[in-house]
Amino acid sequence: MVTEITTRNNSYREAYQVLQERTAPSGASWLQRLRANAFERFEELGFPSVRDEEWKYTNVAAIAKADFQKGVYAESSSRGSGAKELASFGSPETEASQLIFVNGKLRSDLSSVSGLPAEVVALDLSQAIQDERYSEIVRTNLARHADYIANGFTALNTAFISDGAFVYIPKGVVVETPIQLLFISDGAGVNAASFPRVLLVAAENSSATLIESYVSTHDSAYFTNAVVEVALKSGARLEHYKVQRESQAAFHVATTQADLGPNSTYDSTTITFGARLSRHDFSVTMDHEGVECWVDGLYLVTDDQHTDTHSVIDHRQPHCTSHQLYKGILDGKSRAVFNGKVFVRHDAQKTDAMQTNKNLLLSNEARVDTKPQLEILADDVKCAHGAAVGQIDEDELFYLATRGIHPDLARNLLTYGFAEEVIGKIKVDSIRAQLDAAVLNRLNARLEA
Amino acid sequence: MLEIKNLHAGIDGNEILKGINLTIKKGEIHAIMGPNGSGKSTLAKVLAGHPSYEVTKGEVLFEGKNLLELAPDERAREGIFMAFQYPIEVPGVSNAQFLRLAYNEKRKHLGEEELDPLEFKDLLKERAKVVEMDASFMSRSVNEGFSGGEKKRNEILQMAVLEPKLAVLDETDSGLDIDALRIVAGGVNQLHNPENAVILVTHYQRLLDYIVPQFVHVLANGRIAKEGGKELALELEEKGYDWLKTAADTGTLGVQAS
Amino acid sequence: MSTVEILSKQEYKYGFVTDIESDVIPRGLTEDTIRLIAAKKNEPDWMLEFRLKAYRHWLTMTEPTHWPNISYPKIDYQDVIYYSAPKQKAVKASLDEVDPELLKTFEKLGIPLTEQKQLAGVAVDAIFDSVSVATTYKEKLKKHGVIFCSFTEAIKDYPDLIKKYLGSVVPTNDNFFAALNSAVFSDGSFCFIPKGVRCPMELSTYFRINNSESGQFERTLIVAEEGAYVSYLEGCTAPKFDKNQLHAAVVELVALDDAQIKYSTVQNWYAGDENGVGGIYNFVTKRGKCAGKNSKISWTQVETGSAITWKYPSCILQGDNSIGEFYSVALTNHAQQADTGTKMIHLGKNTRSTIISKGIAAGKSNNSYRGLVKVMPKAENARNYTQCDSMLIGSNCGANTFPYIEVMNNSSNVEHEASTSKISEEQLFYLQQRGISQEDAVSLIINGFCKDVFLQLPMEFAVEATRLLGMKLEGSVG
Repeated sequence: MVTEITTRNNSYREAYQVLQERTAPSGASWLQRLRANAFERFEELGFPSVRDEEWKYTNVAAIAKADFQKGVYAESSSRGSGAKELASFGSPETEASQLIFVNGKLRSDLSSVSGLPAEVVALDLSQAIQDERYSEIVRTNLARHADYIANGFTALNTAFISDGAFVYIPKGVVVETPIQLLFISDGAGVNAASFPRVLLVAAENSSATLIESYVSTHDSAYFTNAVVEVALKSGARLEHYKVQRESQAAFHVATTQADLGPNSTYDSTTITFGARLSRHDFSVTMDHEGVECWVDGLYLVTDDQHTDTHSVIDHRQPHCTSHQLYKGILDGKSRAVFNGKVFVRHDAQKTDAMQTNKNLLLSNEARVDTKPQLEILADDVKCAHGAAVGQIDEDELFYLATRGIHPDLARNLLTYGFAEEVIGKIKVDSIRAQLDAAVLNRLNARLEA
Repeated sequence: MLEIKNLHAGIDGNEILKGINLTIKKGEIHAIMGPNGSGKSTLAKVLAGHPSYEVTKGEVLFEGKNLLELAPDERAREGIFMAFQYPIEVPGVSNAQFLRLAYNEKRKHLGEEELDPLEFKDLLKERAKVVEMDASFMSRSVNEGFSGGEKKRNEILQMAVLEPKLAVLDETDSGLDIDALRIVAGGVNQLHNPENAVILVTHYQRLLDYIVPQFVHVLANGRIAKEGGKELALELEEKGYDWLKTAADTGTLGVQAS
Repeated sequence: MSTVEILSKQEYKYGFVTDIESDVIPRGLTEDTIRLIAAKKNEPDWMLEFRLKAYRHWLTMTEPTHWPNISYPKIDYQDVIYYSAPKQKAVKASLDEVDPELLKTFEKLGIPLTEQKQLAGVAVDAIFDSVSVATTYKEKLKKHGVIFCSFTEAIKDYPDLIKKYLGSVVPTNDNFFAALNSAVFSDGSFCFIPKGVRCPMELSTYFRINNSESGQFERTLIVAEEGAYVSYLEGCTAPKFDKNQLHAAVVELVALDDAQIKYSTVQNWYAGDENGVGGIYNFVTKRGKCAGKNSKISWTQVETGSAITWKYPSCILQGDNSIGEFYSVALTNHAQQADTGTKMIHLGKNTRSTIISKGIAAGKSNNSYRGLVKVMPKAENARNYTQCDSMLIGSNCGANTFPYIEVMNNSSNVEHEASTSKISEEQLFYLQQRGISQEDAVSLIINGFCKDVFLQLPMEFAVEATRLLGMKLEGSVG
């Protein structure tokens, strides 16, 4: 990474100092130190440049140049009057199990967790740090999973840790109700930046569903830089949905790090529809035996949207299984990058790893760069990966045509079917229906055009 | 031809065969029966020399030679053939290539001249009739994409080509429909003659309707629990194995002393 | 015995040294070195200019050490001898006048050069350290209009063709090693197949490094005019030395309308010993340009040697309907490192490419496939299919797959598949139960794994490749 751009941009430093001073009297000293180290690291790293192999296809100069700091502590403009509108972004399934954040700040008036079992914890991260029941577990997990040493964006988020979500599922607790974390940008401050931070710890043999959503009420430019840390203990299960529907002018950069304990199960689905530029660094580490994980995703982009997924699936111990299916649908002048690394370390015998990336190009100006990678250091393993870029199958079109379906409709139907393989996995009905509708909406828009 | 004396063997430190005694003369057909886990497949694999199994006690003489000292391929060249319960796939290597290599290794061992591809093709064509296989099988990779029945027929084809002195058929009837079973059994019967011997390892009596053994040995808990003629198989079909299991565990049958 | 041990037992049969007096220039590289090489070869000024331009550019470049998955001690480019030639009569009236010691060397390598013994159906250019010592069947080929000669002769006799095509596919500033080669290359082969001619025999260059201190920097240029066809083979070996030798070659292929070039390599440079001492550093730039419509370039490589392999034979698919193919087997053992693959650059309409790569890693070796498939906006209906399979033998080696897929056209189809497998104990036991020895069983399985690539090799090479991987199937491959 290259430092040239940030050193001349001191706006983050000002905001950082304000935060440190404001929280100094009441804040935990370890958190002050963590922020300080992270900010120092951010100043060293800066924002990455395209000369960095990991950022070869994604240029974040626009983020670096824009002055996003002003919005950091912008108050929501729509308190009161907009509450109803904001709440409408929630899902019926999570009415009593959701935390709603507006411009990065928790809105307790809109949030409710009354529908969760009493022993389950879901609250504002800054409160959790103050609460002696949770401070220890937060301290021993926060920033211990997501590494801020290598990634400038993660460092920046870590330097601004304050608001966010802490979710804790105690030992043996099975939570049937999905928990939603809803991050809303309301366009209050021009060039607002928010730094959502999520820490989820699922203790032994617990089970839960987490929905992480990003939406916007306005079509304005803003910057979301999120970091989500997931720690599953022995035998824990988590279904994790990330739905990114930021405004078409927004910048969304996110890091997800999942550390999976022995015999745990992690099933993630990431849906990317929004943002002018989005980048997701998703890392799943299996440093224990018997883990099974799914790391699936769908990106659907159009116009001049740019989306980039960098995933790392790291098999460090024997007898783990990973499945990855990422699909992309690209229209307009959009561009998608998929870089999926699968590591099978020396000790990870009997690994079973499968990785697939499939892309559908609907327009002649869209572009895909995909790089699925396997690095294997153990011999008794089953690993395979595949990548494909193409368009709708002519034989399938013909088949539908012989059944009397108009080619345009057939094309949309098949595109929808392509997306459905990922969306269909989602077990929360309202979210799945919403996404289904969104895909159809995109396709219809295309039909009219 | 084959003499097994007080054979003890196991895998990963677990003893499975706990003192097997068995003598087989040329021209004979023996059936080894028994419930799951009784050790019948282990016996087959130990005779063929599977590297995962360890012989802890006893001896096996094949035509007077100590079989246990030989590597699996040496045993094969001496004339022992095992038809696998789950034949292995060898991608990219054609059946014809594989069979010619195996056949010529044996010829070399016997001090005979190797066959060139053309000569071998004729021989293969002749032998393939035994299991009613057509030429297209010869150019396909060994067992790759074969159905269960085709794999078993391919095992018997290999037996036809290699002309073993002793053929050990490990659960060859499992997973076969009646037509395939008829073809496979017909092949074995054609290949059997007064100079060779066959060991049928099977769970069910069904196969023995087609290949008739002179001797039936029933294994339970790693020992031969009962021996008899072909009628024993019918008895097992009727009564199942449970009565044997308990008898063997408590040692009340006393057929076999170790 | 484990499969690893079986593979480890294989001896390198070409490790002998020929005792011959050589004309060697002092080690090191400056503009004077380049002028000296050019002077020794009596080269025209334009050639010297080409070299100097490349050299000056090379000085500004840095060695690519961060992205390939290989590591080696820093090379001291001033410690290499850039020219070493066996001393012999300047003009050879016939092949029989070539130094008997050299003839003997090549005969020992299985490449007889004298007229009585020449290989039927294959014309050979034999290169020993920095120079071509003999080219067979030159006259016979000339009757068909085919030019096949050493690069040195080509510069002298066909300057217009060389000026036109040299550096047209791999520019002098293409990469660090290509620039180095362009500055100091000493010899190589030139083939020219005129319009409409189907080359009547296989053309072949055999490379031999003999001097322990010198690098080999050869240049190959093959031009197939409209409708022409040629199949070209390349073989290479070197003696066993404790020191590493540098080999930095450039190969350029040009196929005009409807032309076809099939280029096959069996690379068996000395790989170093089991501890990684010695062996060739093989940094090679190979690229073909399908300049004309309906043209086709096909690379087949069997890479078993070299301590380090850095090599990406590529195709620029410029002509509409042109076809690029890459078939590769890379076997690494002991401490060998290979980072090899291909680039398929789709520029023209309806261009198609196929990549089949088989990597086998044993010992402590590291075997990486690295490939780029790039479909440019105007490459309508481009198609690519890639299959990369790896096999690991033992648990101290590594197999990696790094495909880069860049698609800028929505009418194209690109498909990549990769898998990893091992030789299972059950598979070995099954073959052994049929009377096949363990060694042969390992060979048989590896051979089956590589079959799709071996099928692409010309007959003679298929045998060689099979044997190289320790086969006993005697020509029945495929």
